[in-house]
Amino acid sequence: MLDNELRTMIDEVKDGRMDRRSFVQRMLAFGLTAPMATQILAVGGVAMAEGPSVYKPTKRGGGGALKLLWWQGPTLLNPHFATGTKDQDGSRLFYEPLACWDPDGNMKLVLAAEIPSLQNGGLAADGMSVTWKLKPGVKWHDGKPFTADDVVFNWEYARDPATAAVTIGIHRDITVEKVDDLTVRIVFKKPTPFWADAFVGAPGSIIPKHLFAEYKGAKSREAPNNLIPVGTGPYKFVEFRPGDVIRGELYSDYHMPNRPHFDAIEMKGGGDAVSAARAVIQTGEYDFGWNIQVEDDVLLRLEKGGKGKTVYAVGGDTEFIALNFTDPNTEVDGERSSIKTKHPLLSDPAVRKALSLLVDRDAIKKVIYGRAGRTTPNFLNGPEQFVSKNTSWEFSIEKAAKLLEDAGWKAGADGIREKDGKKLKLLYQTAINGPRQKTQAIVKQACQKAGIDVELKSVVASVFFSSDVANPDTYAKFYADLEMFQIPMSQPDPAQHMRRYHSRFVATKENKWQGTNFPRWVNKDYDAAIDAAENETDPLKRAALYIKCNDLMFQDTVFIPAMHRLKVEAAANSLRPVVSGWANETDNLFDWYREATG
Amino acid sequence: MSQYVLRRLLIAVPSLLGISLVLFIVLALAPGDPFSELATNPNVPPEVAAALRTKFGLDDPIYLRYLHWITAMLRGDWGFSFVSRMNVDTLILQRLPTTLYVIGSAQLLALAIAIPVGVYAATRPYSIFDQIANTLAFIGFSLPTFFTGLLFILVFSITLDWLPFVYTTDIKATGFRWVIEQVRQAIMPVMVLGLFQAASMTRFVRSAMLDVIRLDYVTTARAKGLGQARVIVKHAMRNAMIPVVTLVALQMPAVFGGAIVTEQIFRIPGIGSLLISSILSNDTPVVMAVTFVFACLVVLFNLIADVLYGWLDPRISLR
Repeated sequence: MLDNELRTMIDEVKDGRMDRRSFVQRMLAFGLTAPMATQILAVGGVAMAEGPSVYKPTKRGGGGALKLLWWQGPTLLNPHFATGTKDQDGSRLFYEPLACWDPDGNMKLVLAAEIPSLQNGGLAADGMSVTWKLKPGVKWHDGKPFTADDVVFNWEYARDPATAAVTIGIHRDITVEKVDDLTVRIVFKKPTPFWADAFVGAPGSIIPKHLFAEYKGAKSREAPNNLIPVGTGPYKFVEFRPGDVIRGELYSDYHMPNRPHFDAIEMKGGGDAVSAARAVIQTGEYDFGWNIQVEDDVLLRLEKGGKGKTVYAVGGDTEFIALNFTDPNTEVDGERSSIKTKHPLLSDPAVRKALSLLVDRDAIKKVIYGRAGRTTPNFLNGPEQFVSKNTSWEFSIEKAAKLLEDAGWKAGADGIREKDGKKLKLLYQTAINGPRQKTQAIVKQACQKAGIDVELKSVVASVFFSSDVANPDTYAKFYADLEMFQIPMSQPDPAQHMRRYHSRFVATKENKWQGTNFPRWVNKDYDAAIDAAENETDPLKRAALYIKCNDLMFQDTVFIPAMHRLKVEAAANSLRPVVSGWANETDNLFDWYREATG
Repeated sequence: MSQYVLRRLLIAVPSLLGISLVLFIVLALAPGDPFSELATNPNVPPEVAAALRTKFGLDDPIYLRYLHWITAMLRGDWGFSFVSRMNVDTLILQRLPTTLYVIGSAQLLALAIAIPVGVYAATRPYSIFDQIANTLAFIGFSLPTFFTGLLFILVFSITLDWLPFVYTTDIKATGFRWVIEQVRQAIMPVMVLGLFQAASMTRFVRSAMLDVIRLDYVTTARAKGLGQARVIVKHAMRNAMIPVVTLVALQMPAVFGGAIVTEQIFRIPGIGSLLISSILSNDTPVVMAVTFVFACLVVLFNLIADVLYGWLDPRISLR
């Protein structure tokens, strides 16, 4: 219904019978948001419009120094080695990708001259290749020209297993060809609907061939430029002390007009989130604080009469409670939580539904996340076109109790429900982290009232998130009944994020628990939908498939989403940062500026 | 004397080997691995994380890894950090000056307070001065540095806005202004650490001094008609300093090792914060190197203390 109308309208825009603006206005009438409308256009094959730039300064420089405070300092400056966002953020100060993501999840040009689309011939109709045109006249900081050779080299560099690049996953299944000096073509092995993975965003940053060519493969670690980045970015490298400070200065040959605004840049690392918030919001020693994971009432207090404020960016990060579908307490062939077992309590759908009714998301938002969270019934919370509207959540101890009662779980003498001699006792684990322990407490309390005994466990984050095979407390082993954490969604496309729960990725002893499907949930419909979506080039059908995936998870209560988390940053009052929930904080740095005061 | 030093040196070698072995095993058995951040990063396929582990030798048996490490170390190769992929020695040398400056100043401050106050208090036991000094010392070492650190920040940075609370390694000013800035940003951490150390050291100096001051030879010196100051400084203090030297010498490794808590609070990029962040990210080569350097320093300064004993009291080296 809407589907057909949408299609007609998209065709009209394609043919020029309707302009973009009226399309967006029509979509608003359907109750969609403007960014969502432009996304639909974009995925519908209409060339993506670049988001309007918010950048105001009319000349290069003059903004003084920009002081950034990261509470985990970057430890290396090669985007291909970056193990965490902090390292990507650091390298992104100097290195640039072909394009990045703006706050609405739109693509924004950096080193590319135009966004590939069906119209300009950049995208192949069969989804098998994408052709990027590079911006002419771009120079590396040492004056050498940036060309297609550099792009091809980055692919060769990263896909070589001996290089040990963490970006290998992006590059090993594609082929990158040079068409001419300013054109490269990426060829896929199969139709690829999400083509903007390689060379886009912080992990797609490009390093210069002329400085790294000799250090490909096994010699990768010896490159002197691993510590002295020579990029194309708005700032030139000055100094780097791992874990402590990075400094850069304005690059006067930068390829974007009037940019950058700041004459110098400094990124300081170390300390903790609260004092970072304090140094930006309260005392104004720094201009911008990264990832301020601090309880909202603390932030509100700091903001009173302070020199800064908090800034939010919406992405797709969901804090969830995962339910174990296998039995963590029975060993089969020397393996706990083996896929050959069934969870004695959680295999009852009534128990899973009841648990979902017992997570008071309003309270969790009010007490813990405040402005930094949104309540949601969905596991997949963005971008807009992939978010299911078919689901809802509620908190009701009475309903949960009735559900359990009807399913035969009767309260015992100690108030804990039991059935067939099995008591409703659950072990609920998570990483050590203030908000997480508070959420645990809120959930436990509600469960107790409904007759479910919940034992809480918290594991040091460095152990919980490790891939150490010898440790029993990792999230992937999942030797508990429930566990809570968040898997960051690093790009505005759900393919990577949702693929993880395909049944072929079940974490087992055999794959050394490197499998990504840690709830060990097996659902044929889900597998089929994922497989179909991976090759579906029709954007509307594809979105529908991912919505179906989310709804299947919802029906089976694989995850109980506790909160849709927003990115929280601290910024000086005069600073105008551009932060996207779909990108790293420094991804849009070229658009940052300071409002003149006085 | 030289034989005595040689003997001590020979004992140091096997102890260092033993220490390195224990450290290595403990670290190898500790949970977590350096690539944990990759585990939740959807860009990184699990096979890549596994390949990285193999490449960096994490899947080798412990004894092989130890042999690798110790032979490399003997050749002067400290290994490289898994996390920043740069050489460990570069990393440590980068942090050392800051640590020496801040923690060293704090130690000097502590000594500058503790020796005069302790000695003076001991010469007048139970006087008003002694009582006040004692009370302050008790308060001083009962308050942990993370508490006083935060208190200082709240008072001097936030309420009064006099001092910065984020330590900057590279101050942009030059000349005199640079010196001023360096001192300004070090005031709070140095005070916090120095006062804490001074408190316990004062008590120590006082009791050592009290022991000596009652000995017969001091009375003899007085009886010969020497002035009070001369008796205290020339006669009593020299002997009283023996236990104090032990204490100071044993604390010297801490000067190099940094003060983990204080460095964390003030964001001082020193060895201590390097150690803590490496432990958190399971960067074993760095942790191993830092702790081993630490162990070497402990052994070295014990040796120095022994030699100093010999100088302060020649009877010790003869035995």
